[in-house]
Amino acid sequence: MTFDALAIRKDFPIFDRTIRDGKRLVYLDSGATSQKPQVVIDAELDFYRLHNAAVHRGAHQLAEEATDIYEGAREIVAQFIGASVDEVVFTKSATESLNLIAYAMGNAAAGNRFHLSAGDGIVVTEMEHHANLIPWQQLAARTGTTLSWFDVTPEGRLDLSAIDSIITEKTKVVALTHQSNVLGTINPLDAIVARAHQVGAVVVLDACQSVPHMKLDVTELGVDFLVFSGHKAVGPTGIGVMWGRSELLAELPPFLTGGSMIETVTMTDATWAPAPRKFEAGVPNMAQAAGLGAALTYLDRIGMDAIHAHELSLTKYLLEKFTTVDGLTVVGPTSTESRGGSISFTFGDIHPHDLGQFLDSQGIAVRTGHHCAWPLNRKMGVPATTRASLYLYNTQDDCDALVAGILDAQKYFGR
Amino acid sequence: MQLDNLYQEVILDHYKNPQNKHLEADNDAQVHHVNPSCGDEVTLGVKLDGEKVLSINWEGVGCSISQASTSIMSDLLVGKSLEEANAISEDFLHLMHSKGSEEGNAEVLEDAVALAGVSKYPARIKCALLGWMAFKDASVQAHSKEEK
Repeated sequence: MTFDALAIRKDFPIFDRTIRDGKRLVYLDSGATSQKPQVVIDAELDFYRLHNAAVHRGAHQLAEEATDIYEGAREIVAQFIGASVDEVVFTKSATESLNLIAYAMGNAAAGNRFHLSAGDGIVVTEMEHHANLIPWQQLAARTGTTLSWFDVTPEGRLDLSAIDSIITEKTKVVALTHQSNVLGTINPLDAIVARAHQVGAVVVLDACQSVPHMKLDVTELGVDFLVFSGHKAVGPTGIGVMWGRSELLAELPPFLTGGSMIETVTMTDATWAPAPRKFEAGVPNMAQAAGLGAALTYLDRIGMDAIHAHELSLTKYLLEKFTTVDGLTVVGPTSTESRGGSISFTFGDIHPHDLGQFLDSQGIAVRTGHHCAWPLNRKMGVPATTRASLYLYNTQDDCDALVAGILDAQKYFGR
Repeated sequence: MQLDNLYQEVILDHYKNPQNKHLEADNDAQVHHVNPSCGDEVTLGVKLDGEKVLSINWEGVGCSISQASTSIMSDLLVGKSLEEANAISEDFLHLMHSKGSEEGNAEVLEDAVALAGVSKYPARIKCALLGWMAFKDASVQAHSKEEK
């Protein structure tokens, strides 16, 4: 079966509307958030319409149904990433997932494998989204540990040449992105995981930009924690995932405490339920979990390998088109090798905000600015970029519209 | 096209030929403001002579709206009393929050009325205000220094 993006677009009601006085919507901002197919909207709606009750409590039919749906979504997530079901923790976002890990580590007492003290090290990379940088900066500041990082090369790749002096015997955590939200770079994990495990450190992978776009399996990746958000994977906002290896989740202390996450409680003390519930205090985002389950089922039905191949072919197409535009410079890898469909660029002396505004007037949605990766922008020597990010519902027509829009912007601002 | 309301000729002119875009060494106060959502930055210095704005000079990177607005502001407010400058700034702020319902008083705002179209684009209002907020901050600092 050939991949039919036009048929896929029909699953997404938003493509029925028009933008800025009747223009076709050319949505190239899926790296920020993806659009939602009707099945996801229905799943969230049906939860409220038919099954709404607080999960894990209440001796009534609705509570049973709600729990089945919520735990069913957990099973779908587990299957989607090759994990065991008890290793999948629901959060409200990937940002919360990363903060959960960082704060929980900060809560670890002496003797716990996650305990951090002065002299220990945390390693990140220069291409991290703020969500996978600031929680670690803050953890380092609270615990007196040292934050160090892998540099990014001018080509937009990680510089691993000094890996043995960056990840040392002192390193406790290595946190990095699987695919850069700015550069599109897919990072090589094998050497980093091997070195981290050699020194007894855990690897935390920000997979926000990879889980929605390619088939992956946590066991094959070899990492210890992995996070992603639902809304970038055609799912709802308000739902994120934190996956951790079960023996690590058993030892990691909780972050948020309260209802649902306990085993026993007295006036002075409490003990914790086993993972994943240890990390899910309070009534969770149930309808959103239902929506995420529907989203991953939808992606799985189309096939992650097919989606990845489609995006790769569009990325190649757009990168080639870009080489024909004078003054356009891609910030990041210019080949499709180890690269996904986030393509950032600068264009002559037209500021990204102005370019984005012009493209918007043509119905084309792109992201402009530093994309929550300010240090990376500084390193690449660009204050801001324009980013087009591709997904399963994009077509060559979308890429053509973008290129035409860029050329028209040149005429418009050159007047 | 509707976009022309936003990108008026006078804005593109100021963007291409920004006024007072240099930094002087002997400012009474100098501030650095950023727009964290897009990374636009402005460093702006103010010199006062008593209650009068003697000089507004600045450096910065950013989109045409933020650069043109800062340029227009630096032309408009120099030579005014602090009281006049603040009143004009209030007028401009009001215009920016008018959601496209006002054209702005050209007698008060002069070239800055060209930015009226910005008020229809909520994401760009911060761009237009960046330099003005920097001026407000710097002039307050310079004035309190003078009073000491």
